[in-house]
Amino acid sequence: MAKPAVLTHPESLKRPAGPSEYAKDPVNASMSKAEKIALYTKMARIRHFEQRCIRIYQQGKIGGFLHLYVGQEAVAAGTISLLGKHDHIITGYRDHGHGLMVGMGMNECMAELTGRVTGCSQGKGGSMHYFAPDKNYWGGHGIVGGQAPLGTGLAYAVKYMGLKGSCLAYMGDGAVNQGAVHEAYNLAALWDLPMIFVVENNGYSMGTSQERSTAHPGCLAKRAEGYNMAWDVINGHDVYEVRAKTALALKRAHEESKPTVLEIFTYRYFGHSMADPDKTYRDKDEIKEYRDKKDPVLLFEQELLREKVLTPELSQKINDAAMAEADKAAVFADESPDPTVADVTKHIYWEEDNRGPDTTSRGTIIFE
Amino acid sequence: MAVISYREALRAAMREELKRDDKVVIMGEEVAQFNGAYKVTEGLLKEFGPKRVVDTPISEAGFIGLGIGASMLGIRPVMELMFWSFSYVAFDQIVNNAGNIRYMSGGLINCPIVIRGPANGGTNVGATHSHTPEAILASHPGIKVVCPATPYDAKGLLKAAIRDNDPVYVMENTILYNDKGEVPDEDYIVPLGVADVKREGSDLTIVAHGRAVITSLKAAEVLEKEHGVSVEVVDLRSIRPLDEETILASVRKTHRALLVEENKPFCGVDAQVAYLIQSKAFDELDAPIHRVSSIDAPQIYCKRLEDQQLPDVNRVVREALKVLA
Ligand SMILES: Cc1ncc(C[n+]2csc(CCOP(=O)(O)OP(=O)(O)O)c2C)c(N)n1
Ligand SMILES: [Mg+2]
Repeated sequence: MAKPAVLTHPESLKRPAGPSEYAKDPVNASMSKAEKIALYTKMARIRHFEQRCIRIYQQGKIGGFLHLYVGQEAVAAGTISLLGKHDHIITGYRDHGHGLMVGMGMNECMAELTGRVTGCSQGKGGSMHYFAPDKNYWGGHGIVGGQAPLGTGLAYAVKYMGLKGSCLAYMGDGAVNQGAVHEAYNLAALWDLPMIFVVENNGYSMGTSQERSTAHPGCLAKRAEGYNMAWDVINGHDVYEVRAKTALALKRAHEESKPTVLEIFTYRYFGHSMADPDKTYRDKDEIKEYRDKKDPVLLFEQELLREKVLTPELSQKINDAAMAEADKAAVFADESPDPTVADVTKHIYWEEDNRGPDTTSRGTIIFE
Repeated sequence: MAVISYREALRAAMREELKRDDKVVIMGEEVAQFNGAYKVTEGLLKEFGPKRVVDTPISEAGFIGLGIGASMLGIRPVMELMFWSFSYVAFDQIVNNAGNIRYMSGGLINCPIVIRGPANGGTNVGATHSHTPEAILASHPGIKVVCPATPYDAKGLLKAAIRDNDPVYVMENTILYNDKGEVPDEDYIVPLGVADVKREGSDLTIVAHGRAVITSLKAAEVLEKEHGVSVEVVDLRSIRPLDEETILASVRKTHRALLVEENKPFCGVDAQVAYLIQSKAFDELDAPIHRVSSIDAPQIYCKRLEDQQLPDVNRVVREALKVLA
């Protein structure tokens, strides 16, 4: 494949404003008006859901860690909008955007954050551990990099079963330094698995800028060359570009059963998690620059206004509806019950939850 | 004596040891520029510079293995794990390499490494971030494990760990970081393997470690005030080496034992302590030994239930009354 020009992070800011050069790419040009509106609506829903989460966290109803995706919406939206029946995804702990994109409801997502039994994981997983296997979404993983081998296993299973599908495993720019990620790269390439590693490079791993964490030959994706894997870099502020370039990787997975590393440049507006005061490692001006000039939701809105797919009125309606939906989810979470003490020891073993004539093991398995 | 927090006590231990021995190096994710994910290492980069206080990538197997290797040549690395839960991606280095190198080399090579960080539940972060691996790690000969419960012990044990010539794993608790206590101004250590009677009593011995000590001390108050029972609380402080004598001496005095820990029950530290008591003080017991551990399930996310999953004062009091019945 052609080697794209290297983009470093601030470089991606310099791209001129105006229509996306990827609007005419077949995967985008072929979208109907309704599909474009639906994609914008999903991005707006992610944005408003998470902004609502901030308030609920500040009210003390969400504890633990809350890692927000605000600013990165085009990555999940662009990639997931292309997926079909046998395409699977898996990600780290910054997992709300992916969840809403695959079609999880705001109610179950919000209730999980406040630890309710009506949450997607029945209050057992929390913010970092969303799951919706019925929607090909395999989590939500708290340990950095741990999802990369799991995703490679999903791709292996897809191939094993003879299905035309793939797996996309998302990770951060800090995660690329976990050994498990490198082992997964090698396996995916060695065994020709229909795998796409998506590096969401938001410039920082917690308080560490990407330059301080990682030795690399110009960009993180290029490490793929060491494994004889295809790679590409993507401006993650432009959902059309994300779609256009991801489509090529998907084609490679579906038709050739070959893996790809995609590095998508993006930016998070809030601290690493709500616990990070975000005062020490980056400039407020930098955040403002991204918010003002590179906001993926805003850029796509402008794109669709130019295309006359959206009108300001319709956009307002979409955003109002997303906000109302998030408000309702907050009420739903408030009114939902907690799990019970008896629930604590459920879902540990399939066999304990499914005792019957066919279950065979004996002996004590839950201890006092 | 100054009154300082558990966090400040740990920091003071590192600062004093950095000053005392130029082979001491602090390493870990976010320990330098960010001043520590939990601010334990705050100010150390400024005071000692980037050669002594080093930020690492998110590569636990790599940097901990590197620390073990450096320790073989005489460096004394003090590695921070943001959570002990993340030690699981470095398990081979922590167990196989650090734990076996001296033995397999017939005593030719030492591994004076310290790995420290929080290992606790109760913070609403779910199963992957709430592991308490002191029993798992202490089950490997070659490894030392300590679990301080107070600022005094945190400082004294960490200093002893840094001066120790074997791998010592220090398990802290994020919930204790702000707890305050008296800490001497002069240099001191708490030797590994010395338990501490945190409260004297005559009717019942509670053996605990880590935050379970604090819970047990509160329960002892309730038992005295509301039930007229005199409870002795033995804080293990060190899991391996284990101060068997202090445990046995207390049981010989009270003739009843309740063991409290925040681990899950199966093969927890207290399984070993229970065996010790029955094997060396069986005739001293007036009642069976009881245990209070966490409810045996992966850590639940929901905060209201996680608080019940961990041993709390009520559960300790209830179980103590059963031992006394
Ligand atoms: C093995 C492991 N080490 C450390 C952590 C703590 N931790 C969680 S997220 C994170 C930073 C990850 O940054 P990056 O991969 O860039 O993803 P981002 O948060 O920017 O999305 C760290 C150090 C962890 N969860 N797992
Ligand atoms: Mg990042």
